Amino acid sequence: MTSASTTYQENPGASSKMLIAMVGIGVLCALLIVLTYEGTLPAIKRNKAAALEQAIFKVLPGISYKRSFEWTADQGFRELQGAESEGPVVHAGYNQEDQMLGLAVEASGIGFADVLRILYGYDPQSETIVGFYVLESKETPGLGDKIEKDDAFLANFKALDVKLNSDKKTLVNPVVPVKNGAKTQNWEVDGITGATISSRAIGNILGASTAEWLPRLQQQLNSFTEKKMANE
Amino acid sequence: MSKTRTENSGFWDKLANQPSTDEFIKGLWRDNPVFVQVLGMCPVLAVSNTAENALAMGLATTFVLLMSNILVSSLRRFIPKQVRIASYILIIATFVTMTDYAIQAISVDLHKSLGAFISLIVVNCLILSRAEAFASKNNIWRSFLDALGMGIGFTFALFCLGAVREILGNGSFFGWMLFPDNFQEWIVMILPAGGFFTLAIWLLIFNAFKARKARS
Repeated sequence: MTSASTTYQENPGASSKMLIAMVGIGVLCALLIVLTYEGTLPAIKRNKAAALEQAIFKVLPGISYKRSFEWTADQGFRELQGAESEGPVVHAGYNQEDQMLGLAVEASGIGFADVLRILYGYDPQSETIVGFYVLESKETPGLGDKIEKDDAFLANFKALDVKLNSDKKTLVNPVVPVKNGAKTQNWEVDGITGATISSRAIGNILGASTAEWLPRLQQQLNSFTEKKMANE
Repeated sequence: MSKTRTENSGFWDKLANQPSTDEFIKGLWRDNPVFVQVLGMCPVLAVSNTAENALAMGLATTFVLLMSNILVSSLRRFIPKQVRIASYILIIATFVTMTDYAIQAISVDLHKSLGAFISLIVVNCLILSRAEAFASKNNIWRSFLDALGMGIGFTFALFCLGAVREILGNGSFFGWMLFPDNFQEWIVMILPAGGFFTLAIWLLIFNAFKARKARS
């Protein structure tokens, strides 16, 4: 007979005491978590929005301001009103003369440790990726997090070739990750030794996202300039 | 005036001889959680690759240790012994979640650099061991001092490892480059193997120092 069952026989009130203790502590802990969540939520939202804003200016060099557009399957791109969005959001960057210089697109996928969220800048004129930033990562510090710091890796995204075919529906050459030092073409993403899985994940995320989003962006490029003119 | 000074020095002497002061000091040196008890090795080896990460993880662990010790000590008469471990883990997990939110509210960059290791504070056996071995048997004040001493001792040990690994592995300290461009980084120091090497060397130094002190 186990000690636990002996306890129940010797003291029938023991199980109710255990139940009360566990439920009581559970309620107390839940209260603490909810209060902390509610207390920190405005600051977390503010920090994340500020981090996203900074990231947009990093991936779209030379812009003076940005506007955000929400994508819906039936209406295409329309300017986001307020901070909350129902669908995917694309950010357009403009210079002081109100010319659109590029579009910042969010993408995500599985890395080595957890989901990786990235932001990349797309120049629709030259049809290249002109900037890259990691928004969220839980990759191993010192190894996987080189995808954010390694200069040679970040150099991949200064003019990554993402040209579309003449029908504007598919990429001429899909973005693909390659082993460190094996890059020979402008559409290849050179990997990192010591962060192989994380760097390959970035290449794959970009490959999937560019294949899905760039045809859509090119086909509706007018949405980002026409709506600005309408506002004026 | 002189009377006040005498009273003050008497107060400090009295404080130094208090048993509760020993609860604080033991965690710093005699029972250091890393160098003596060899507890919480997962974050010690994983997050000590830079001095900044080590310091941030040490402070986060200290906060969780302090709060969980205080709450466990406060509730020690109400928690039946059969469910004590489950209760302690629930309490520790709560404070880890709160720490996670707080770090996100303070700095997104810091949260990014610590990554998954914030959540892993829950399974740091140092925290559970202090709840079980000390806070569940002592009053709030002594539990607070015990947690503070152990937390500072843990942070100190993590910082010792992080500083050495960052200097040799990256050639920097808190991100500041220390060596000329031609310095060849010891990549192994920021890899997991480097954590074991550095820990072994620190344990060697720590134990040699203790043995020498005991002999003298």
